[in-house]
Amino acid sequence: MSSQVVLYDVPGPRARRRVLIGSLVGLLLLGALLALLLRRFADNGQLEPEVYRPFLEQPLFWERLGDGLRNTLKAAAYGLVLALVLGFVLAAGRLSQSVLLRVPATVVVEFFRATPLLLLILAIFLAYPILVGSSIDPLWALVAGLTLYNGAVIAEIVRAGVQALPKGQTEAALAVGLSRGQTLRVVLLPQAVRIMLPALVSQLVVLLKDTSLGFIIAYEELLRTSRFLVEAPEFSRSSLQVFLVIAVIYVVINLLLGRLAAYLEGRQRKQFGGGTPQVETTTL
Amino acid sequence: MDVVVENLDVFARGFWLTVQLTLLGAVGALLLGTLIAAMRVSPIPPLRAFAVGYTEVVRNTPLTVVFTIAIFGLPKLDLTTSLFRFAVLALAVYTSAFVAEAVRSGINSVAAGQAEAARSIGMSFSQTLSLVVLPQAFRNIVPPLASIFIALLKNTSIAAAFGTREGTQTMQQLINANGQAVIPIILASAAGYVVLALGSGFLFSRLERRLAVAR
Repeated sequence: MSSQVVLYDVPGPRARRRVLIGSLVGLLLLGALLALLLRRFADNGQLEPEVYRPFLEQPLFWERLGDGLRNTLKAAAYGLVLALVLGFVLAAGRLSQSVLLRVPATVVVEFFRATPLLLLILAIFLAYPILVGSSIDPLWALVAGLTLYNGAVIAEIVRAGVQALPKGQTEAALAVGLSRGQTLRVVLLPQAVRIMLPALVSQLVVLLKDTSLGFIIAYEELLRTSRFLVEAPEFSRSSLQVFLVIAVIYVVINLLLGRLAAYLEGRQRKQFGGGTPQVETTTL
Repeated sequence: MDVVVENLDVFARGFWLTVQLTLLGAVGALLLGTLIAAMRVSPIPPLRAFAVGYTEVVRNTPLTVVFTIAIFGLPKLDLTTSLFRFAVLALAVYTSAFVAEAVRSGINSVAAGQAEAARSIGMSFSQTLSLVVLPQAFRNIVPPLASIFIALLKNTSIAAAFGTREGTQTMQQLINANGQAVIPIILASAAGYVVLALGSGFLFSRLERRLAVAR
C-alpha cells in the first residue's frame, strides 16, 4: 500500500491551499533551523575563510585522506571476503543434519552476533600479544573482528535465504539421488545467493561503516587519519569541518552501495515476480 | 577466574552505565525516530524531503563518526556538556534513523482500510496517524524495534572508545591491570553483553505476545 494516498485525501482546491501553506510554514521552520545553525557557526568563527583555506592550500591533506580511505577499503575488502567464507561455512553447519555440526555452529553464530564488535576487536588486539607473545598488526586484529562478527551475520542471511526456498527443491534434489552436501551446493545455494544478494550488499554497508572501529586500535583508516590530521597546526581551527568531510565520504560511498542493493532487489523482483521470498536484515 | 570474581563490582558498575546509555538512547531514538517517520509520510513536501535526507545521511554515517562530531565537533560551536550526555545524544541520533525506517514500514503495513475508515469519519491527517495508524503500527514493529534496540545495546560499547566507563572500557582497564587473566576478563565482559542481549530479547518477545493478544 502506498501510504501517501491512503493517509490523507487526494487534495482538492482548499486542501491544496492548506498543503501549500503547510509547505511554506515547513520551509520556514527548516530555514529557521538552518539559520540558527549558521548563526552558531558564524558566532564561533567557523565561517571565516581561514577555516576553509587549508582545505585548498594543503594538497598533502587530501593525499593523507586518500591513504586513509585506501586503508578503510582494504580492511573492508579483506573482511568481506573472509566473512563470506566463514558465513557460508557456518550456514552449512547450521543447516547440517548432524547435531555435532549444528550445535557448535549455532553457538558460534549466536555468540558472535551478541557480542559488540568493538569488544571483539579490542579483545583480539589485547589478548593476542599475551597469548602468542608477539604483537598483532592492527589491520589483522580489525579484519579478524570484522570477519567473526559479519561471518555470523552472513551465516544467518545465508540460512534465511536457503530456508526461503520452496521445500520441493530439496525433495527433488534428494529424489534424483544427490547427497545432502550436493543438494546444498548444486541446487540450494545457487538459488539462495540470488535471493540474498540485496541483503548481502546491505551487510557490506554495515561492514564498511564498522571499519571505522579500527581507530581504537590505532589502525590508520579514514577516521584515525582525520583525528591525526586535526592535530596539525594548519587544521587546528577546522577540526569540525574535517570531521564533516569524513562523514560526507562515508555517506557517498554507502549511498552508492545502497543504490546497488536497491537495483539488485528490483532486478530480482522483475526476474522472479513479486512473490519472490526476500531476506530481511537490520543493517545497524 | 579470581580476577573476575574480585572485580565483580567493577563489572556491575560498568554494565549499569551500559544499561543507562541503552535506555536513555532508546527513549531519545524512539521519540526522534517517530517524529521523522511522521514527517516522512506527511502531505507536506519539504518535511518529507527533510525526513528522507535525515535518514539517508544518518544511516550511512558510521556511529564512530557521529560520536567524533558530537564530542570533538560540537564544542567548536560552543555546545558543551558532559561526556555521558554527548554519548546519549550520539546514540539517540544514530539510532533514530533506523527507528524512523522501521516505523515507516510499520505504517505501510497497517491495512489501507484502517486509514480510509478514519478519514471517512472525518479525521484529519494527524488524527488518522496518531489515533488509528500508529497504535497499530507500533504493534507490528515490535520485532524490528527489538533488533534495533539490541544493536543499540551493543553500540553503547563505542562510548568506551571516547572514554565513558561502561562495559567495554571496564574490560580494557581490567586487562591492562591484570595481563595474566586476559581470557577470563574477555569472556566475562562478553558474557555481560550476551546476558543483557538475551534478557532484552526475552522481554521483547513477551511484549510482542502481549500486544498480539490485545488485538
